[in-house]
Amino acid sequence: MIPPRFEYHAPVSLDEAVGLLERYGGDAKVLAGGQSLIPILKLRLAEPRALIDINRIPNLAYIREDNEFLRIGALTRANELLDSSMIQEKYPILTEAADDIADPVVRNMGTVGGNVSHGDPANDLPACMLALGAWFAARGPRGSRTIPAGEFYQSTFVTALEPSEILTEIRIPKARVRQGNAYSKLEKRVGDFPIVGVAANLFLSPKGTIETAGIGLTAVAPTARVAKEAAESLHGREPTEDVIRRAASLAMGAAQPTSDLRGPADYKRAMVGVLARRALTLAVKRARGGG
Amino acid sequence: MAIAESGMPEEAEVGPFYHINVKVNGKAYETEVETRLLLVHFLREQLGLTGTHIGCDTSNCGACTVLLDGKAVKSCAVLAVQANGREVRTVEGLAADGNLHPIQEGFMQEHGLQCGFCTPGMMMSAVALLSKTPHPSEQQIRMGISGNLCRCTGYVNIVKSIQYAAQKMEGGGKK
Repeated sequence: MIPPRFEYHAPVSLDEAVGLLERYGGDAKVLAGGQSLIPILKLRLAEPRALIDINRIPNLAYIREDNEFLRIGALTRANELLDSSMIQEKYPILTEAADDIADPVVRNMGTVGGNVSHGDPANDLPACMLALGAWFAARGPRGSRTIPAGEFYQSTFVTALEPSEILTEIRIPKARVRQGNAYSKLEKRVGDFPIVGVAANLFLSPKGTIETAGIGLTAVAPTARVAKEAAESLHGREPTEDVIRRAASLAMGAAQPTSDLRGPADYKRAMVGVLARRALTLAVKRARGGG
Repeated sequence: MAIAESGMPEEAEVGPFYHINVKVNGKAYETEVETRLLLVHFLREQLGLTGTHIGCDTSNCGACTVLLDGKAVKSCAVLAVQANGREVRTVEGLAADGNLHPIQEGFMQEHGLQCGFCTPGMMMSAVALLSKTPHPSEQQIRMGISGNLCRCTGYVNIVKSIQYAAQKMEGGGKK
């Protein structure tokens, strides 16, 4: 399959890239890793007039922590996230999700920024970003702004990014003591999209009760989805098996899966319950310093 | 959609074009390519390097795996223009001075192929794996080639072939 014709630009600065996006007025696509975009072009699901390749722009690939945030540059490859020992140690949810993205060859190209901003409800990182309460930094013609993950996903393939904006950085609140998180995913085989995925993140109080929690769901709604009621049911509670079971069943209520090749809707909803229980249990264990 | 239209222009019109400099198996090429040209088509049709295979053409099977700046990528999901200024290594670049690369020797000695269609991509993924993890466990090998599908062998001999290469390369062999 051959992609449709397009004009190609490889800008060397963000300003230049934004200028080009503005010039094409919404009829251009940003090319990062291209592991979703190029198949989409080949299948003629999109035929933009131009591709703006951001890979020549320096300083967009990094993983670093400061006092407030874990900062991940948008061009960081999925495998770089997976291989980071700091991420493995302090943000295991991201290692687990990165390990689930496609396969090792695709992960050499595919970027973290592309995964979170493509708007595909079956991508793994968006649910994690929702659970972690991440922020997305974007650069556009009027400068930079940050968008909370919770306001980012609007519908399938539609995000809060404007046509002339580029996602530049993902900001995740810095890991704290007594924080734990995990990502559980069910897939038919390596490289396939998930049947269901559940991301869980929580903080324990010194007494051992749950202070706050976040739960994100993959592939069971038009966008990655927050399971708000489920997360709130945990607040102030001791993380007993019953409390977790109840939250997991509330998470099932937040899922609106559709029946497809990967399974009937009822099965997927049931699996949200199972995976939510697993992710929450592991998150609690990690918050207590284990796992 | 299942039938590849490879190489056949849809209309008489071509372009737009883009100028690229790319090194393939150590040799520098400077040329104009259509912006939409896939790296795999550039390698096969413009450079005649048909060792890189087109399998699924949807970035699943890994038959088209090549190294881009040393990292394994699926060349059916990379544009030729993305390789501008970079270095590509294909299966044709493995053997040197008439000697097979240890991974090629491994596939031969351990019967790592039957039909051979997946083999070039499988070997390129294996080379990338061994450059990052010179002493992989069986599990690491299996995960390392999980982006490459083989429909003949059941992978057992492929794993053995990669183990053979790892051992051989450890003994002062080349990379």
